[in-house]
Formats: sequence, C-alpha cells, structure tokens
Amino acid sequence: MADAHAAAPAAPPELRHHFVDLQAQREASSLGMWTFLVTEVLFFGGLFLAYSIYRGTYRVAFEGASNLLDLTLGTTNTIVLIVSSLTMALAVWASQQGRKNLITLFLVLTMILGAAFLGIKFVEWKEKFERHEVPGPHFVVPLNEETHQPLPKQSEMFFVLYFCMTGLHAAHMVIGLGILTWLLVKTRKNEFSARYNTPVDLAGLYWHFVDIIWIFLFPLFYLLGRHTL
Amino acid sequence: MSEHVRGHSSLGAYFAVFIALMFFTILTVVAAKTHLGIWNTPVALAIAATKATLVALIFMHLRSSPKLTALVVGSALLFLAILIIVTASDYFTRAWLPIYGR
Repeated sequence: MADAHAAAPAAPPELRHHFVDLQAQREASSLGMWTFLVTEVLFFGGLFLAYSIYRGTYRVAFEGASNLLDLTLGTTNTIVLIVSSLTMALAVWASQQGRKNLITLFLVLTMILGAAFLGIKFVEWKEKFERHEVPGPHFVVPLNEETHQPLPKQSEMFFVLYFCMTGLHAAHMVIGLGILTWLLVKTRKNEFSARYNTPVDLAGLYWHFVDIIWIFLFPLFYLLGRHTL
Repeated sequence: MSEHVRGHSSLGAYFAVFIALMFFTILTVVAAKTHLGIWNTPVALAIAATKATLVALIFMHLRSSPKLTALVVGSALLFLAILIIVTASDYFTRAWLPIYGR
C-alpha cells in the first residue's frame, strides 16, 4: 500500500487535509447543508402548525380573508419563483461543467427573478397597508368580497400569519440574493471549476428550499377560499 | 455509481421538472376555483407535496444523493409530522369531552 500512496497524485488545493478525497468533502458539505435545511423545515413548521390550528378554528374568517389577496400577483410570483429555481439548477449544472460565463449568466438571471419576486411582494404588501388590512391598531375588519358584509374579526389572525410567513419567506429571499451576489464575485474570480463547485451546489439547495416553502404558502394563503366565490 | 457522478441531474430532467411544476401550478389554481367540498384543501396540499417532491428529487439532486441524505430529509418530515399531529390531536379533540364548569 505504500507504493499506492507514493503513486497518488498531489492533493488538489481545494481539498482540506481531513478529507480522503474531494467526493468525501463534497458529500460532507452537502450533508451539513441538508441538516441546516431540516432545522429550517421545523422553523417554518411551527408557523405552518399555527396556521393549521387557527384555520381549523376560524374557517369562515380565513376563507374570506384569503379572497382579499391578489390571485394574479400570487400566481405570477409562483411562476417567477419556479423559473428562478430552473435558472438556479442550470447555474449548478454550469458550475459542474466549469463554464464560468454560463454560471454568471444563470446566477444573474436567478437574481433578477428573485428581485422581481420581492418587487411583486412589495406591491402586494403596500396595498395591504393602504387598505388597513395590516394587523395592529390601524386594522379595519375587511368586507366579504361577495356579500359586502364584514368578515369575522378573526380575519385579523389570517393577516398576522400572512405577514409573518410571507415575511419570513421574503427574508430568506433577501439572504439568498446576498449569497448569490457572493457567488457571483467568486465566479468572476475563477474560484469554481468542474472539480470544485460546492458553494454553488449548496446555494442551489438553499434557493430550492425557499422555493419549496413558497410552493406550500401559495395554496394555503392565496387559494384557500377561491371555491366559495 | 462507478462513472455516474453523485449530485448530478441531466438537463432534460431539469426542463421536464420545470414543465411539470408549471402544469401543477395551473392545475392547483383551477382546482381551487372548483367546488370539491372537503377535498379542496387535501387536493391543494397533495399538488404542493408533489411539486415539492419533484424539486427535492431533481433540482436538489436527492435522487442521486447518498442514502444518508435521504435519511436526514426523512427525519425532517418525521419531526414535522410529530409536531403537527400531536398538537392538532390536542386542539381538535378538546370539545369532545365535557368539562364541568366550562
């Protein structure tokens, strides 16, 4: 075995000495990211649980308040986020090929789509503030879209959860944009190659996870009461 | 696993998943506008779970990841299920038993 060791090529510069090879290093990094995402599942899970309990208890208020959200903007944002997940997956693919300009292109596209998502979110939130549908001292119980009767006052709880959950999601998007900016700088500095692209891979996992959260937020908030219209 | 590099998916798979995600997005909006009685929410959640699974398997390369990763993901789902089932079984059964003085 001493001969085999002597014949081994010099360790690549990206390899930390405590890993056997790059594959072991990559899998350890990936596992660490997945473990972080598990904690994120439970972080959001508490809010999804609160949503389930309140919605089960105040069904009419929740269905009525849900219909006050803008379905067109919500659906547009869902599509924007899915396209951004595709471009992120393509950025990871480009990094596995070691194609610097393609990585740059797909990272920039992903960032534009991420920013577009936040822009649309801003428009939606602004409208809620203008219509006094933000929970707190200035909250005015909204009217039912169909009957023009006031909704049950627990509709305020719907908007508490709406702002908490889409707000936490938007915060993750902002952090994601920061990570992508950092990746863009590293890409332009030629730090990624077909041999070493772990940061792009892990940022991809994070970005897709944030997409998955939205995949659940969209039907739970925007689509809840549509069949009653 | 000899030549197949872990953590890779083909370009074709990415675009196929993308088209499926778009299809399911339209489907969930159409389903939500339809009267399905008590089934509106289960259908919406089933579609969301399908979309999430596609993203995890292909975009996040879970399909070609080591089994240990799948175990970690499974643990997330297990603990989420415990969180929701145990709490909901408390909240939604409170009215079942008469409590004197209430």
